[in-house]
Amino acid sequence: MRRTSPIRALIAAVLALPILVTWPTPPPRAQAPEVVVYSARHYGQEAAFDAFTRKTGVNVKVFSGQTGELFERLKAEAERTPADVLVTVDAGNLWNAARAGLLAKVDSPELVANVPAHLRDPEQRWFGLTVRARTIVYNRRNVTPAELSTYEALGDPRWKGRLCLRTSSYIYNQSMLATLIKRHGEPRAEEIVRGWVANRPILINGDTKILESIAAGQCDVGVANHYYLARILAKNPAFPVAPFWANQATTGTHVNISGAGVTAHGKNRANAIRLVEFLSGPEAQQMFADLSFEYPANPQAAVNPLVARWGAFKQDDINVAAAGELQAAAVRLADRAGYK
Amino acid sequence: MPDERDSPAAGLGGATLSSRPPPSLWTVAAVAIAAALAVPVLAVVSSLAHPVVEVWAHLWRTQLAELTLNTLALLAGVGLGTLVIGTALGWLVTSYEFPGRGVFEWALILPLAVPAYVIGFALLGLLDYAGPLQTALRHHLGPAAGLPDPRAYWGVVLVMTLVFYPYVYLLARTAFREQGAATLETARALGRSRWAAFREVSLPMARPSLVAGTSLAMMEALADFGTVATFGYRTLTEAIYRVWYGMFDRVAAAQLASLLLLFALGLLLLERALRGRARFVQSQRRGPGVQRVPLSGWRAGVATAGCALVLSAAFIVPVGQLLLWARDAAAGWRTVVPAFGTVLGNTVLLAGATAVVACVLALTLVYASRLHPSMAVRAATRLSGMGYALPGSVIAVGVLIPVARLDHGLAAATEWLLGRPAGLILTGSAAVLVFAYTVRFLAVSLHTLEASLLKIPPSFDDAARSLGAGVGRTLARIHLPLLRGGLLTALVLVFVETVKEMPATLLLRPFGLDTLAVAVWERTAESQWPEASVPALAIVAAGLLPVFLAIRLSSRGR
Repeated sequence: MRRTSPIRALIAAVLALPILVTWPTPPPRAQAPEVVVYSARHYGQEAAFDAFTRKTGVNVKVFSGQTGELFERLKAEAERTPADVLVTVDAGNLWNAARAGLLAKVDSPELVANVPAHLRDPEQRWFGLTVRARTIVYNRRNVTPAELSTYEALGDPRWKGRLCLRTSSYIYNQSMLATLIKRHGEPRAEEIVRGWVANRPILINGDTKILESIAAGQCDVGVANHYYLARILAKNPAFPVAPFWANQATTGTHVNISGAGVTAHGKNRANAIRLVEFLSGPEAQQMFADLSFEYPANPQAAVNPLVARWGAFKQDDINVAAAGELQAAAVRLADRAGYK
Repeated sequence: MPDERDSPAAGLGGATLSSRPPPSLWTVAAVAIAAALAVPVLAVVSSLAHPVVEVWAHLWRTQLAELTLNTLALLAGVGLGTLVIGTALGWLVTSYEFPGRGVFEWALILPLAVPAYVIGFALLGLLDYAGPLQTALRHHLGPAAGLPDPRAYWGVVLVMTLVFYPYVYLLARTAFREQGAATLETARALGRSRWAAFREVSLPMARPSLVAGTSLAMMEALADFGTVATFGYRTLTEAIYRVWYGMFDRVAAAQLASLLLLFALGLLLLERALRGRARFVQSQRRGPGVQRVPLSGWRAGVATAGCALVLSAAFIVPVGQLLLWARDAAAGWRTVVPAFGTVLGNTVLLAGATAVVACVLALTLVYASRLHPSMAVRAATRLSGMGYALPGSVIAVGVLIPVARLDHGLAAATEWLLGRPAGLILTGSAAVLVFAYTVRFLAVSLHTLEASLLKIPPSFDDAARSLGAGVGRTLARIHLPLLRGGLLTALVLVFVETVKEMPATLLLRPFGLDTLAVAVWERTAESQWPEASVPALAIVAAGLLPVFLAIRLSSRGR
């Protein structure tokens, strides 16, 4: 045998690295009771999970990821999934998970009482936890609220070259288009979208970017989720953009949700239901409202003071499930209308 | 079968196999590697079995032509941009002396460590209407002054060129340096001007490396989703996500992804064609280095300014933006610091493991092609690199689905044997994650090593073999030492790519094993850029480390 040089030892060690790193470790046996959450929502929910653990002694293990991919993982794991609860944003995504049989029906009077009917699945497989209003925003210097009324009216020629929109690839826009279809039928919805397109909107990806563009004067009006504006205003109260509650005289402002459902094949069903109930209860709802500027789904919780200043508004009370049912149709409509 | 002439009785199994000459093992290894790595790609392509006619018809009616043209235009722009900038900078730092050259030589690699989405977001923030540049222009020149909206073709090409030029630069620099002084001086002695010597000697000799780097950049551009989404530029990849997330139709999305593979195949053919039929090999490697020509006056100024401009746009601005955010987001530090060591450790271990696996596999493949350039081996080599041209989440799901199927089979078998419920062990294991990374990034090590190996003269092999050295000994004593530069480059590139990788990490990582990319995603998903800046800076730092290491190692011994 030849002596082993340090270089050889180093090479051997480096080559052994992959084996050490990838050696499969069996999942540890659960000690304390726990609930496993697959979550596509990250911000501002850890505090609520901690509070749940303090109250019940049940640990919450969170696996975060992107919605479309979490859906695929849940589906691929099927009856052997470790996930007990799915938390995600956008009603369309929840609808899609329910349609694929990934979520179980939950009979819970508490959830029915806590979450208004239009913010939950009619078949009780998912429940809205927070509300996101997608409304009109405008530059306070260049636009007076009297000039604004509805989403439909953003197709008015007066907004030609003054309108900023996100692309139609953005899921919240797709959900909004879906509810437009539900309300007005496809032909009328397409007419509305063609009206926006005729105004040659500046397409900007990112709600925050839209708000900054409006503030800088690149455009005067736009559509954005309310909490992005709240975040900016919290840091910079002089920011010259304000929200306008759209469609108050007609259908109400479009809202979307982040929400949760209990998985169809979870192992800890009882605790999973307890967790979702807790998240819809006043204590957790207050945490959501305070941390994220979103509206709590549960009307018992108070709205964040910064957002409360904007006043109460009428929500579009169409069931948010429409966002899922008609989302594919909404994408096709946008393609036909030339809304990129 | 490649080795028919050696073994007419190939079908007879083990006995014949062992009586074959040892080299056929390389063929077997290459085909086996390709078969394993092709599974996820085939899982994506298999979606074509059930065409979603209505989606295709809809796309055909509305936008397929536009998407295809946009994709081709993007590839052309990014290919040309990275080729020109990467080659020019590589030539500049190896052949001339100008102020700052010593720093630029290594600093120009740095953008590699910055995730593409960071560069894209920072440059958009700098260039768009509300950004500081245009605001200043309006302030000084009146409200009508400004730039065209960067959310357009030119903006995307600019950003992707800045993000991906280091591939070409890195390979070009190595190639130019390895050429040594002798070749260039011979050309000069034969009366060629410096420029003519570059055009007629250095450039053709470096062609395999330049083409390899450029085709990597173009494959990246093909698979990119983050930048095109940020800039609202619609490509086939953007359409994949639109169909997948927007229409909830993953099958149709996978079919669109199969179309991307056609583009990737086209790129490979282009690469083969452009690499040229002529083989340039370097017989003399350790000659004196190129004597750099000092530049003076405006020429030196232009050289310094050009390097500085590229470096600023691709590295200093994005990292500066991250630093500004990090200063604003004290909360970001608080959330990251407690688990930071673990998260950093996970990232480095996974990336290190992937780099080693990818380079060992790539070396096996390129070496098999050198020993047995048969159809089977060549096809295996090409197939193994295809994962690179697919968007990250598409390939991640392509890994997930077959692995989960296998896993369910294993669990069912365990349950049958032990009579108690069994969980999934492969899905969400580090092994599968490293496998996914390898599927995605093998092309990087493959192209790099291939370009290096092509430059070693076959006469070396013959000489070693005729002196009685076996294949293994020839590889260990002759090729590996000569490949050191290429191997280091390949290791570093795969490592850095893995550190930055996001979609496969998110989908396939083991429970509780978080990496820096996950930490970034959890914050950017809700547009919390300031909070994301701290882990993003850590990604840059983790990527810089091996880059520096490689520079040190590659500059030693010359």
